[in-house]
Amino acid sequence: MQWETVIGLEIHAQLATRSKIFSGASTAYGAAPNTQACAIDLGMPGVLPVLNEQAVRMAVKFGMAIEAEIAPYSVFARKNYFYPDLPKGYQISQFELPIVGNGHLDILLDGEIKRIGVTRAHLEEDAGKSLHEDFHGLTGVDLNRAGTPLLEIVSEPDMRSAKEAVAYMKKLHALVRYLEICDGNMQEGSFRCDANISVRPAGQQEFGTRTEIKNLNSFRFVEKAIDFEVERQIDLLESGGVVVQETRLYDSTRDETRSMRGKEEANDYRYFPDPDLLPVVIEDALKEEVKAELPELPDVKRERFKSQYGQDQDTASALTSSRELADYFEALVRESGCDARLCSNWVMGELAGALNKDALEITDSPIGHERLAGLLKRIADNTISGKIAKQVFEEMWQGDATADAIIEAKGLRQITDSGAIEKIIDQVIADNPGQVEQYLGGKEKLFGFFVGQVMKATQGKANPAEVNRMLKEKLR
Amino acid sequence: MSLTSEQVNKIAHLARLGIDAGDVDAYARDLSGILDLVAQLDAQQTDQVQPMAHPLDQVQRLRPDVVTEENQRELFQALAPQVEEGLYLVPKVIE
Repeated sequence: MQWETVIGLEIHAQLATRSKIFSGASTAYGAAPNTQACAIDLGMPGVLPVLNEQAVRMAVKFGMAIEAEIAPYSVFARKNYFYPDLPKGYQISQFELPIVGNGHLDILLDGEIKRIGVTRAHLEEDAGKSLHEDFHGLTGVDLNRAGTPLLEIVSEPDMRSAKEAVAYMKKLHALVRYLEICDGNMQEGSFRCDANISVRPAGQQEFGTRTEIKNLNSFRFVEKAIDFEVERQIDLLESGGVVVQETRLYDSTRDETRSMRGKEEANDYRYFPDPDLLPVVIEDALKEEVKAELPELPDVKRERFKSQYGQDQDTASALTSSRELADYFEALVRESGCDARLCSNWVMGELAGALNKDALEITDSPIGHERLAGLLKRIADNTISGKIAKQVFEEMWQGDATADAIIEAKGLRQITDSGAIEKIIDQVIADNPGQVEQYLGGKEKLFGFFVGQVMKATQGKANPAEVNRMLKEKLR
Repeated sequence: MSLTSEQVNKIAHLARLGIDAGDVDAYARDLSGILDLVAQLDAQQTDQVQPMAHPLDQVQRLRPDVVTEENQRELFQALAPQVEEGLYLVPKVIE
């Protein structure tokens, strides 16, 4: 039978505020345990939560970026459950009236644009962290994270493959970073994902029973967990079994999903409006202010790159996949004054490769746009060839010298003096009479041999176009 | 509305309350009485009424995003039954 996969994602983005959503405790990552958990975060009796203005603005900003309705009136609710990292016995969240309503996000996959619906996005507080090892049979609880603002972004069940799910998640990741509302650091848990997955016979209207995979914190895990879970469900159904609605956990070391707990009990959260918090009213004035702060969004930037720099879809998409990368590229074009194509080739080629190899982000690049511009200028004015430029680039990567300094120190300046090149060519021809005879006799492949000999004799510094032209003349 | 003893036990479990088996019937009766009282509200037409999220007719005030709290871990942890390396220790919650 043909099966169709149906996926919806719930993404938790930690908002990049300085203080917590309902208290004045710091949200900085990496502090000693419980040094950033104040009386409000601990759920001490008699405390009152007070909402962080910045968290509200960030939620509104996100809503505007996905063209969603911003609720003029939204309400916080208590989601009740017991766990040691949730000191109050409830999480303050939003239920019936979330701050962000229906919106959408367009993803690009295999050259096609697909629109994914966003059902809602709501504000809530994060829980603390439980550490289950090394405490002689007890669990250690660190509540520094408790009360960190989260935006939970819930998609429609619009995705039909793990690849689409990853494309959506990446797009959202880029967007929250463009908006500067979330640092997107997945290792630190700032951006994490729960996936709802079901399968149904192709052509069937109603959805199959779904399972939810919790806490996927990398793009690769999302893809692998979904692929595994889809296969598990199909195998189960094809062998006559049924899928049980439940929460599952992805185990990356074994590459499998495991049942976590029955969902029916977990689902009984008994939401009710939190009497400690008043309804949140978003005035038009605030929306106008936030709108004015919106940066150029990824899709708009991609289209601009296509028209302004004559880029194809793939190049423009790759360069605008993060705001920092796009900024780097544009600064490089400005600084170097070089052709945009030369700039994009170097950014997407040598630079991306070197960053990847050292597992660095563009923001940590040892070669800033000014230094790379210095190198590209020397390619553009024919001081060095593209091949020598790669050598210079490697030198630059290791230290902080400019391209010009390296070219001078190593004597890499291209030989453009045709007299000098001619001399070397004559020498090469004189040294290889056998090959010359064969070449003239019709073995044209040998042309490459002569070019190689000349380049070798000049240590790659001869202008390749010039060498080709002169060799052709000499070997007639 | 009449609650069953099963429902009473489930509610008690969700709230992590220990109740005596002998008291379950009495709880079921009393809670059902409260629900009956509330059920009278269901008889009213409320389609046109916006749900009241809070009895105070005010909106939430927002605070500026500024860190105002200092580390008071020693003070708070003095109340905790068991702490180690700055962590609160609790009975193990997973197998």
